[in-house]
Amino acid sequence: MQTIIELQDICKAYRMGDITVPVLKGVSLTIARGELVALMGTSGSGKSTLMNILGCLDRPDSGVYRLDGEEMSRLSADQRAMVRNRKLGFVFQSFNLLPRTSALDNVAMPLTYTAGHLSEREARQRAARMLERVGLGERMGHEPSRLSGGQQQRVAIARALINQPPLLLADEPTGNLDSQTSAEVLAMFQALNREEGITIIMVTHDPHVAGYAQRAIHIHDGQIVDRAPGRDGSADRGQAPCVSP
Amino acid sequence: MRFAMKTYRTFHTALKALLRNPLRAMLTTLGIVIGVAAVIAMMEIGAGSSAAIRKSIAGMGANVLNIRPGAASSGGVTFGSGSTTSLTPQDNEAIMRECPAVGDAAPMVRTRTQVIHGSRNWVPTFIFGTTPAYLQVQNWTVAAGTPFSDRDVANGNKVCLLGQTLVRELFQGEDPIGKEVRIKNVAFRVQGVLGRKGANMMGMDQDDIILAPWTTIKYRVTGSVLTEANQSASSTSSSVNTLSNIYPGEQPSLYPERSAVQAADNPMPVRFANIDYILATARSAKDIPAAIQQITAVLRERHHLRPDEPDDFSVRDMTQMMTALSSTTLMMTNLLLAVAMISLVVGGVGIMNIMLVSVTERTREIGLRMAVGARAEDILRQFIVEAVVLCLVGGALGILLGHGGSQLVRWFLHWPVETSPAAIAAAVLVSAGVGMIFGFYPAWKASRLDPIEALRYE
Repeated sequence: MQTIIELQDICKAYRMGDITVPVLKGVSLTIARGELVALMGTSGSGKSTLMNILGCLDRPDSGVYRLDGEEMSRLSADQRAMVRNRKLGFVFQSFNLLPRTSALDNVAMPLTYTAGHLSEREARQRAARMLERVGLGERMGHEPSRLSGGQQQRVAIARALINQPPLLLADEPTGNLDSQTSAEVLAMFQALNREEGITIIMVTHDPHVAGYAQRAIHIHDGQIVDRAPGRDGSADRGQAPCVSP
Repeated sequence: MRFAMKTYRTFHTALKALLRNPLRAMLTTLGIVIGVAAVIAMMEIGAGSSAAIRKSIAGMGANVLNIRPGAASSGGVTFGSGSTTSLTPQDNEAIMRECPAVGDAAPMVRTRTQVIHGSRNWVPTFIFGTTPAYLQVQNWTVAAGTPFSDRDVANGNKVCLLGQTLVRELFQGEDPIGKEVRIKNVAFRVQGVLGRKGANMMGMDQDDIILAPWTTIKYRVTGSVLTEANQSASSTSSSVNTLSNIYPGEQPSLYPERSAVQAADNPMPVRFANIDYILATARSAKDIPAAIQQITAVLRERHHLRPDEPDDFSVRDMTQMMTALSSTTLMMTNLLLAVAMISLVVGGVGIMNIMLVSVTERTREIGLRMAVGARAEDILRQFIVEAVVLCLVGGALGILLGHGGSQLVRWFLHWPVETSPAAIAAAVLVSAGVGMIFGFYPAWKASRLDPIEALRYE
């Protein structure tokens, strides 16, 4: 099976004043194209940091990150912005829609930065198709304040898909939703994954949400563990490959 | 095409972002609106006043060039400026025809003698023989009646225009139009009365004047008499009664004097008509040096002067008045510029302030835009364009407001106002510039945000 993400010994530490706090201590994992993966872990486990690295928002201190076979960890900020635009879609816990802007314009927004070849009309048509796909064809002109939470998240999904990325990153996508709309959103992820073959990585701490995924990756104390750690934190993986700076 | 599309998108995005908060955008740009409005209104009113001042100084003769014949000299003794007879009416015509920087030129013939009407007489300060162009040169209007025409000049018609002082002295409330005045026993019909001009810079009464065609003055007045001021004293009695000779040591006349009858029968042939001087105007204050140069070139050629020969004429301008004029205009402009700068800087600081608030407030939006692929330069451009759009809209409103304000001033206060396209262009450029300068720092700050931090920002 074709791999889309390959991580080798990813290390990341944050500096807080004089103290260096290691967050990721040698993460290695492989995700195949077309997988629907849940990334699980308690808060402070490093899953957000890992997500930022996967989303090319941040760079690892050491290690190799290949996305679609391309090395990401040494790209410049502008090159990473290009990768984010072309290959990645983001869905956030708090939707992050532009206020007082119609759903259509929200969805078309990413096109501003790369799709110079598209005319305004083509861009709007494409955004409209995306909204129809997430079932909001009748609410294109609505501003976020007039949409429910589930609808807002669907607008956000449409925005993430506008550039037809192979990989969708969802950071606690159901964190602000009730259980019914959560189920709707998750079902939509499954459908996208099944029908379009989009690789989806969801960050969550909710085992129920993780149940929608084909595979769950657990992260604990900056390292990948095989399963959810026990009470004693028995996640001994041997010597960490990171060298403390 | 791609660039145009991108520019359009950027402007579109900026406009949309601004319209998300229209009240704030309006309040933000208010500083620029007021600044530009003040500048435009001041510029227009200032330009109007400046033009009015310029006009009144020009009315005092700031653009007037005085062309006088050169000094005659004999055996090392010079006789002072104007003592040769080198200027002709044809010189005047050539100047009018061949000098593009010259607006008008009038030949001048002077005399000083008595003017009589009925039982009253007066010796005016100025008796000028000239052409109708004189009125344009001196910016003088005819208050009543009509000026004499070029045909009157060509025919040597006995018509004249009177200054206000002369009207007062000779007519005493009577309407002078159509009446006759006598100058040296030549009867002139009064065709018009000049407007009031008051004293000139030397304190001489400019209204104490009589204007007539130069041909009439030259051939009928000064040609027929000598230069006595008193008409009665010069008449027959002096030639008959030698006892009236005040200075007995005077040289006896070598030739027999021609009697009045002889003079009337055989008028002295005039070899060529010389005139006393020429008054010319430059088209504008700026054209004065060019006008002087062109006049000099034309006259040297006409007078057949070799390159090494000195000029047999002199051209003088009103340097003192010109200095006053240009310093007035310069001061006015500088004052307005200072006011403009201050108000625009204040407006720019307002823009910067609100843009900084806006960047902080829209941190999450910036993070989101970065996450979906905006580069630092995209963010920088977006915020600068927002500031520039804000300033340009403010500038446009300011231009309308300022122009409207100055028009109100013109309508209600009747101040002179002059629309200044240069000021409008400058206002547009300056407001765009202010947007760029004061929008840069907030935009730069926005572009330097870390997308992770920005997305997490509450």
